[in-house]
Amino acid sequence: MNSLAEKYSTTSPLSKLRKAQQLAEDEELSDAMWGSSAGFGSLAKGIPSFTVAPVPDPAAFLRLHTDDHADPNCRIKIQHGTTTLAFRYKGGVIVAVDSRATAGSYVASGTVKKVIEINPYLLGTMAGGAADCQYWETYLGMHCRLHELRNRERISVSAASKYLSNLVYSYKGMGLSMGTMICGWDKTGPCIFYVDSDGTRLKGDLFSVGSGSTFAYGVLDQGYHWDLTDEEAQELGRRSIYAAGHRDAFSGNTCNLYHVKQDGWHFIGNYDLSKLHYEGPNNVAGQGYGYDVRTEGRTSANPPPAATATA
Amino acid sequence: MSIMEYNGGSVVAMVGKDCVAIASDLRLGNQALGISSNFQKIFPVTDRIYVGLPGLATDLSTLRERFRFRVNMYTIKEEREIEPETFARLVSSTLYEHRFGPYFIEPVIAGLSKTPSGGVEPFIAATDLIGCLNFAKDFVVAGTASAKIFGVAEGLWEPNLEPEDLFETISQTLMNAVDRDAFSGWGCMVHVITKDRVITRTLKARMD
Repeated sequence: MNSLAEKYSTTSPLSKLRKAQQLAEDEELSDAMWGSSAGFGSLAKGIPSFTVAPVPDPAAFLRLHTDDHADPNCRIKIQHGTTTLAFRYKGGVIVAVDSRATAGSYVASGTVKKVIEINPYLLGTMAGGAADCQYWETYLGMHCRLHELRNRERISVSAASKYLSNLVYSYKGMGLSMGTMICGWDKTGPCIFYVDSDGTRLKGDLFSVGSGSTFAYGVLDQGYHWDLTDEEAQELGRRSIYAAGHRDAFSGNTCNLYHVKQDGWHFIGNYDLSKLHYEGPNNVAGQGYGYDVRTEGRTSANPPPAATATA
Repeated sequence: MSIMEYNGGSVVAMVGKDCVAIASDLRLGNQALGISSNFQKIFPVTDRIYVGLPGLATDLSTLRERFRFRVNMYTIKEEREIEPETFARLVSSTLYEHRFGPYFIEPVIAGLSKTPSGGVEPFIAATDLIGCLNFAKDFVVAGTASAKIFGVAEGLWEPNLEPEDLFETISQTLMNAVDRDAFSGWGCMVHVITKDRVITRTLKARMD
């Protein structure tokens, strides 16, 4: 009798539980809720959708809480310091980046991957908002694959970069921050496009992006020409990132080097910039890129180590 | 950006057994741009006192000369070398004279003072930019990497270190801390002051 009363009562704990279970079963659960959409849960219904602050002007609200290099108290930090570069030459495309992430003057990480491997033929570089670059370039990878399936042909670098450019442009004013180079090899050969969150999209042979870009351009411009050999080109990329890492406080730690050829991209290596300073890429003491290392023993102001030891 | 971070640079001093050590980085920057990797921030005051002056580089030059002048005047009037404790008071009052328009420097003082029995006693002190003295018994820090140095020093320092061990401790502390600071680094210099001599070494540091 007691159990019968409980079964039909509307307030007993049992009935509450039953109601809750019923609700859960009735609810249409999308696959996205179970994490089976590779992290693109927000795209479950086909169109990207993001939750926004429930205020009259979400963009202004976001700006207020985003670190736009003015207010250090802001909670959302954006990675400002970086050096990335890419250039095109007869042997393909060289992509080189540093690996430092800073929050104010604090070096938050020295092992950041700033090259995003979109697919085996396309690379994107990361400058500006790390999350923005990572998310949208991975998203771009998804659409490049869809393009392949629909057209039975790989997407051109031009089309891929335009897709990204149009995409970020639709979010203009919402606080996206990215300066990226989309690099790859397609029917037309090696190809680089610069795309940023303002909506700029430029085709070119040689780009450098980030706080250390001016230092990288200095080395890059004086060493660049179309007929570089593969070794020369890789060395130029490495040397340029070293120069930026040396002079720019917000760049440094290590250099990641990629080479895009006709058969897709190849990871060449990860180089410690301090090792490059003292020993160079071949790890030979005294063959470093550093000025003091290169000129050791040439002047009285910079005597060889032996002379200093005896003095 | 803060004027204290305009040129970058950091100094740390530590107490050991009958010795003290003081160390600094060698960077002079113009905000993010590195200018020099051979910019000294630590200067001898007497044979047994060293002072480190991290902060705004232009004020560093001015203060160094000001301290030199005042120490010379003291030596002439008193006809004896200044003691570290006295020098710290001199630094403090010099800075407080500019209470309402300060020098943007946070000095760190390290030295050995004489005891009545003829021995030596280690002394370190640091002040803020308007001369508030901090006499510590373990270590003092200043500069753009000060928060990071505090963290490492808190983990590495122990009491009664011999000169060579103190050298290792202060070197590891400074080098590892400045690697986490964008505005410090580009080489390091360490001085260990003992009763008989001062050991000065430059360290092979990261250059990025």
